[in-house]
Amino acid sequence: MSSWLTWLLTPLNYPFMVRGFLAAWMVGVVCATVGTYVVLRGMAFFGDALAHAILPGLAVGYLVGGGARGPLFWWAMLAAVLSSIGIGAISKGTKIREDTAIGVVFAGMFALGIAMISTVRSYTVDLAHFLFGDVLGVSLSDLFLIGIFGGLIVITILLFYKEFLVLTFDPLLAVTLRLPARALEYLLFILIALAVVVSLQTVGIALMVAMLVTPAAAASLLTRRLPIMMTLAAVIASVSGVIGLYISYYANVASGAAVVLTSTAFFATIWLVRTVQKKRGVWDG
Amino acid sequence: MINILDDLRKSSTPGHREAHAANAAVLEVSNLTVRYENGIALEDVSFHLTTGERVSVVGPNGAGKSTLFKVIAGVITPTQGQVSVRGYGPGGHICIAYLPQRNQVDWTFPVNVTDVVMMGRVGRLGLLRWPKRQDWAVVRQSLEDVGLADLANRQISELSGGQQQRMFIARALAQEAELLLMDEPLTGLDVNSQEAIFGILDELQRREVTVMVSTHDLDQAAGRFDRVMLLNHRLLGLGTSKEVFTPERLVTAYGGHLRLVQAGEELLAVADTCCEDGDAHE
Repeated sequence: MSSWLTWLLTPLNYPFMVRGFLAAWMVGVVCATVGTYVVLRGMAFFGDALAHAILPGLAVGYLVGGGARGPLFWWAMLAAVLSSIGIGAISKGTKIREDTAIGVVFAGMFALGIAMISTVRSYTVDLAHFLFGDVLGVSLSDLFLIGIFGGLIVITILLFYKEFLVLTFDPLLAVTLRLPARALEYLLFILIALAVVVSLQTVGIALMVAMLVTPAAAASLLTRRLPIMMTLAAVIASVSGVIGLYISYYANVASGAAVVLTSTAFFATIWLVRTVQKKRGVWDG
Repeated sequence: MINILDDLRKSSTPGHREAHAANAAVLEVSNLTVRYENGIALEDVSFHLTTGERVSVVGPNGAGKSTLFKVIAGVITPTQGQVSVRGYGPGGHICIAYLPQRNQVDWTFPVNVTDVVMMGRVGRLGLLRWPKRQDWAVVRQSLEDVGLADLANRQISELSGGQQQRMFIARALAQEAELLLMDEPLTGLDVNSQEAIFGILDELQRREVTVMVSTHDLDQAAGRFDRVMLLNHRLLGLGTSKEVFTPERLVTAYGGHLRLVQAGEELLAVADTCCEDGDAHE
């Protein structure tokens, strides 16, 4: 067997690596699909805040469950859905600017989470686990949950494709066409929240926003059609997931960081090529 | 939450629209007042339009023109008063099209001309339904009506200002709108593009589509429309340009921004009500 093939296949001898690859691939597709709307609507900060705001949910699950990992998924989901609705309501219902409201809620929730987890002695280890994820610790049942919820998210995005398109491009049109604009907006918030929960184990809270934003941003530099942008984002994200895990395996780097750095490298390369092309007038800008 | 469920129930019916009462005016606005936190936008505005009428709406910046359009479109709920379109409140209609100011659109958005025009069909399609052959036919026809058939696959950032505006009119046609509210469609366009739009408005009039156009060009407002509406929070006049553009009314509307010069038979109004985006108008 040639050496590069050995190089590629060796990690696959370990079941935990195979599960990691599957998780990274699925999470990449899900986050990129949802992330396309995050990028187009300028919601990067919302996504980042949402990821951080679920920490208290994780903390409650962690304290109640005595460290058991199984129920954490559901606690995270509860916290994420509540936070997304909360942030949505606060930013709409007050005089405070939206980004300020998000900042206040997100920092407060994150601090609450840290405070709760810090009551446990071994807290730095567990906190690090939540913050940075551990894709190599994904269990078979985790994989099932990622698959089921990830599938639901992608299917919902496709089912409501034309409604989300109108809502994002021209919110006033959505209202004059009498689409349920508020309901659709909250649905999108909830989909982002679910995507965050599904990706939690792969990249953790701290790097979550990169999964949502970076592949979609890279794709937006390559195309001007929404369906193609979504597809390209999904491809970039899943390829980044796989390459990132190889890097993690061979260079002994934290898996979440390796995945994010790979997609950042994709973005940087595409951006650089585009900028040079624009300067030379190859691409009409 | 109940509102949301109600919205959902309504929108799950494809082509949902409020019935049109026979003989009811296409648009009837009575005692309309809109108050924002930082002041009053519209105060006690009442008027009605007849079918197929073309009305220009003029007034200084911040006079409430956009607010008026948004209330009529059912986007903003008025503080007081009522809007009725063919006898019913605007909230149930999908026959009202609001065309945004061009500077409020994200032109880098990854869609092409056909994508945008197809958006006009979404209200009639209903949730979870994809466009059918008939919808594609309507979109193609709408593009032909505004002369954009050749640019159907063009990315929207590559359109000229006039083409952008015509694309939005095509979207309103695809929506099968009967009442068009156009927010400064002529601003920043060259004469040829403006004429192309007036040509389309003429065709709309033949189809009995009622059109309201806000503009800063008093000359066009007077000469190219059936009636002129002069607005500055209050309705200062609605009628022919002769009736509306009197020295007293113009000065009430524009105050210090207006200079009235007697030039022979004609009264010359010199105004510079420059707009937020910095485009100059005279």
